[in-house]
Amino acid sequence: MSAPATRAKPRPLSPHVMHYKILPTMLMSGIHRISGAALYFGTLLVAWWVTAAAGPEDYFNFVSWVLGSWIGQLVLFGYTWALIVHMLGGIRHLIWDTGSYLEKHTATKLAIATLVLSIVLTVALWAVIIWARMGA
Amino acid sequence: MSKPSQDMRTPLGRVRGLGAAREGTGHFWLSRVTSVALIALTFFVVGLLVALNGASYGEVRAVLANPFVALLLIVTILTGLYHMWLGMQEIILDYAHSDAWKYTLLMLNTFFSVAVGAVCVFSLLKIAFGG
Repeated sequence: MSAPATRAKPRPLSPHVMHYKILPTMLMSGIHRISGAALYFGTLLVAWWVTAAAGPEDYFNFVSWVLGSWIGQLVLFGYTWALIVHMLGGIRHLIWDTGSYLEKHTATKLAIATLVLSIVLTVALWAVIIWARMGA
Repeated sequence: MSKPSQDMRTPLGRVRGLGAAREGTGHFWLSRVTSVALIALTFFVVGLLVALNGASYGEVRAVLANPFVALLLIVTILTGLYHMWLGMQEIILDYAHSDAWKYTLLMLNTFFSVAVGAVCVFSLLKIAFGG
C-alpha cells in the first residue's frame, strides 16, 4: 500500500457547534466547562486575598476596598454563581456516573434543574450576605 | 507482577487494563474523588468567607491562624488546584490540535497550578505560624 499523492475528497467534518439548536443539556455542558475555566483563573483572586492577609495591613485594606467596590462585588457575585453552577453540574455528573437519569427527558430535566437551582442558591447566598451586612 | 509465562491474558487484554494513555481511568477517577471532597470543602470555605464578610485585618488573621481553619483551607486549595489542573488538561487536549500548542499549554497549566498552590500555602502557613 502506498499513500495516495492527492486526497480524492476532504474528510467529513461534523458541523460547527453554532449550527445546532441549543438544548438544555448542551447549554449546561458548555456552562460547566466555561464556569470551570472561570474558577481556574478565579484562584488568582483567592491567592491575591490570601497573600494580602499574610502581608501588611495597608495592603489588606486596599484589597478589601477593591473587593468591596461595586465592580469587586460584581466579580464576587459572578464567582459564587460559577462555583455553585459548577458544583451542581458536578453533582449532576456524579448522579449520571451511577447510570441514573441518563435518559433523554430526565437528563433534560436535570439540566434545567441545575440552572434554576444555581440561580436560586446564588441569589439566596447574596441575600444572606447583604442581610448580615445590614445587621452589622 | 506476574511472569509472562504465568500471565494468561492476551496482549490485548493487558492493554485494555490501562489503555493507550497508560493510566486507564485514573484521570476520570481522580476528578471524581476531588469533586466529592470539594463539595464538603466548598461549603466550609463559603461559610467561612461569609462569616468573615467585613472583618478587619486582625480578625481575618486570627481566624486564618486557627490550626483547624488553616489546615482545612490548605486541603481545600490543594484539592481544588488538583481538580482544576485535571479539568484544564482535558480542555487543552480537546482544543489544542498542534503538538506545539498542546505541550506548551499543558506545561503552562502545571506551572500555573503549582505557582498558585505555592503562593497560597506559603501565605497560609505564614499567618498560621505568626509571621
